[in-house]
Amino acid sequence: MKLTKIFLASTALAFAAGAVAAEDMTIVSWGGAYSKSQLKAYHEPYMEKTGVNIINDESSAEAVAKLRAMNEAGNVTWDVVDVVAADAMRLCDEGLALEIDPDTQLAPAPDGTSAKDDFGDLLVSDCFIPQIVYSTTFGYRTDLVGDTPPDNICDVFDLEKYPGKRSLEKRPVNNVEWALICDGVPADEVYDVLETEEGQDRALAKLDTIKDSVIWWSAGADTPQLLADGEVVMGSTYNGRLFSLIVEQKQPVAMLWDYQVFDLDGWIIPAGLSEERQKRALDYIYFATDTQRLADQAKYISYGPARKSSAPLVGKHADLGIDMAPHMPTDPANSKTAVLYNFEFWADYRDDLDAKFQAWLAK
Amino acid sequence: MSELKGSGQQTADAPTPEDAFHETATLDSREQTHAPGAAPDGPVLAADGTPLKRSLARALRMQKIRALALIAPLLIFVLLTFIAPIASMLFRSVENEIVSDTLPETVVVLNDWDSAGGAPLPESLFEAFYVDLFLAQEQKLHTRLGTRLNYEQTGMSSLFRKSGRQVGKFDTDKYTDQFTALDASWEDPASWVAMMDNKSNRTALPFTARSWDRWVAYLNTEGDDPAKEDIEDFLFTTLYLDLAKTGGKGASDARITAAGSAVGDFETVSLAEQFADAEKDWADPEIWRVIQTFSPKFTSGYYLNAIDMQKTPDGIEKRPENQQIYLMLFKRTMFMSLVITFSCIMLGYPVAWILANLPSRTANLLMILVLLPFWTSLLVRTSAWKVMLQQQGVINDTLVWLGLVADDARLVMINNQFGTIVAMTHILLPFMILPLYSVMQTIPPTYLRAAKSLGATNWTAFWRVYFPQSVPGIGAGSVLVFILAIGYYITPEIVGGNTGTFISNRIAFHISSSLNWGLGAALGTILLAVVMLLYWVYDKIVGIDNVKLG
Repeated sequence: MKLTKIFLASTALAFAAGAVAAEDMTIVSWGGAYSKSQLKAYHEPYMEKTGVNIINDESSAEAVAKLRAMNEAGNVTWDVVDVVAADAMRLCDEGLALEIDPDTQLAPAPDGTSAKDDFGDLLVSDCFIPQIVYSTTFGYRTDLVGDTPPDNICDVFDLEKYPGKRSLEKRPVNNVEWALICDGVPADEVYDVLETEEGQDRALAKLDTIKDSVIWWSAGADTPQLLADGEVVMGSTYNGRLFSLIVEQKQPVAMLWDYQVFDLDGWIIPAGLSEERQKRALDYIYFATDTQRLADQAKYISYGPARKSSAPLVGKHADLGIDMAPHMPTDPANSKTAVLYNFEFWADYRDDLDAKFQAWLAK
Repeated sequence: MSELKGSGQQTADAPTPEDAFHETATLDSREQTHAPGAAPDGPVLAADGTPLKRSLARALRMQKIRALALIAPLLIFVLLTFIAPIASMLFRSVENEIVSDTLPETVVVLNDWDSAGGAPLPESLFEAFYVDLFLAQEQKLHTRLGTRLNYEQTGMSSLFRKSGRQVGKFDTDKYTDQFTALDASWEDPASWVAMMDNKSNRTALPFTARSWDRWVAYLNTEGDDPAKEDIEDFLFTTLYLDLAKTGGKGASDARITAAGSAVGDFETVSLAEQFADAEKDWADPEIWRVIQTFSPKFTSGYYLNAIDMQKTPDGIEKRPENQQIYLMLFKRTMFMSLVITFSCIMLGYPVAWILANLPSRTANLLMILVLLPFWTSLLVRTSAWKVMLQQQGVINDTLVWLGLVADDARLVMINNQFGTIVAMTHILLPFMILPLYSVMQTIPPTYLRAAKSLGATNWTAFWRVYFPQSVPGIGAGSVLVFILAIGYYITPEIVGGNTGTFISNRIAFHISSSLNWGLGAALGTILLAVVMLLYWVYDKIVGIDNVKLG
């Protein structure tokens, strides 16, 4: 055991490249437009208020693996980490993230509602502080779909009505749910069906009908690029990416919100920080997840704030001046058929279904 | 190329063992001329009177130590940052201590349980598991174990997570209440510390003593004092179980013997029922057979998984067909790496030949063109291929414009094997050209002229005279390109679609995404073994001495 620790300590050298000074705080996030929105809404006001210097690290995509390695090496160099809820659950499961008590460690809403009630169902893990609601949904080329634009998720599976390529994510999550819904399974029974071997085969069989017309993506930027180049007629990706494609880059693309899948993104604090760093990280979290700050972020990116009390405060886009509310996945007009990512199911079936999905894909 | 220059520099700058030999030899001859009185058959002495042999050996040893000290920083660096992490990572492919570390009591009971014979689940299994699970959830280890076992049996992850939440609320507080009703001092943690210090008490209460030690060890890591923390229900449960078995005979505390005679009337709690009420899966022997199968400290499970087999309670069997993927990926990786290596030879050989036969000014200029891609980011180069090859891309647009391809039948050149081969051949080409070029530079052009003057045709002169001399360059380039190709994963991920991905994509997935490091390590180890095997075959057929980098 000890030998392994020494081995891993050496691995940690690579992570520890940027030594952390006392006043520095390393915050890990996704980079791109998303990190920029956090910089404007959270980091800049916080640095101004406290004088702490925030260093932005763009490693969220590998956060779970890196945190595990850091933890085994006994040298955690990150203070606050932005992860999706499923990763937060895994980090919590592995004891790599700090448990948070929302009522004492998070700010209450302005009207006095406790943080626990304000976040509500979105507190999906003991270690997770939700920040935004985003969704995985479809965009389509308005100039390639003829006179009847798609308005139903099943149009993705309809090659006759909408010929051409589609882009889908290279993993089973979301794709198998959509496949079952379009194969006639009622939305509330999807996971019961997916738990069975036959149900899984059924979902893959449905996906088989469009397999030859699918380009599989693994990076969120792929679908916007494929849509912009006209490589695909429609494709799934995160709604914020589509927003910038449509509104900021003015491409002939429109949203298909039907059966968008809500997912959450938020903060965790790594376990095993020194008392001083943990205190600072908690202080930052208290500041950055209050009602006003969450609403501020929506000025820069089209993701919905995770607090109920933030929704009425969402205003206009900071640069474009357009109203942000209709572009939010949580907007009532967009979320009629929306479903929430099933964390429990995927925690159990991720490994199993992924093996089947990849084998199916390679065939 | 620079062999002569190199060795010349070496003798000029750095002392070598030969120097030491010359030195002592000079001393030796000086001694012989200056001390003619020394006995001719005695040992030859150095200037300071020690025998020459020892003096020489010492000088050589000093040289060696000095040389070692010079390379020590690099050696330690390589060992620490390169070899050690790889070794520890590969070790994970067989390591499976998490089960027996987290569930030590359960594993012991499971070892005696005859699962194949269809024996019922013993109550003692649930008693042991109760203690293990309670301690594990206190330390947040149960979910980690659940994640580990979920790789083998779907559903384990939530089973452990949910049970961890419930195990603290079991009805075992009945034992606590009954013991405290008997004697209020049972509630006092300090009295437990004193009781567990006594050897005869510990022998009378073996299960309790073991559980107590684990509890104390946990409290110590948390910085808590065992004498101040409440005694949890699970300790009263083990106390009851011990007393029910031994009656507390031999204990030196009167409190224990008193309780020992009273436990016969205690109301009992069935832990098997408690677990079945919490999660009905615990009553399913299959779950326990999986845990039993994966309870040893080391497992072949990951390796079996990596070759599309699986370890089940009934022995080793093939994975269902709809989950077989790794063998196919290994084969595909080998095949595509060979194709890429071959295309690199075909494209790189003429380029290297031109470079080697041009005047050096022009050759240097062209060399920059070969090296230019090296200075461009890998991602940029790969994305550029996307722009070139996609259906709305440059090549298809040109072909459609020329009328060679119909607009509705554009060629599919990316997101498949073809795309990966094109992009990777381009990326790896410099690794073929550079060794080829440096080998070809050393082939004197006079050989070709001599062959021709002796009557060989152009082809014969090339094939019989020039080509054999350039083989070491092909060898070096092929080894480099092949080994680099086998481990590539970014390019196949971006342009490979579903038919052009490599085994390394799966390894990367298991390391960074599914966190199944054991399986990732097993796949990596197999890949390493395959590469070493191919290297050995190459050495047997071509000979590694025939490889030249310049």
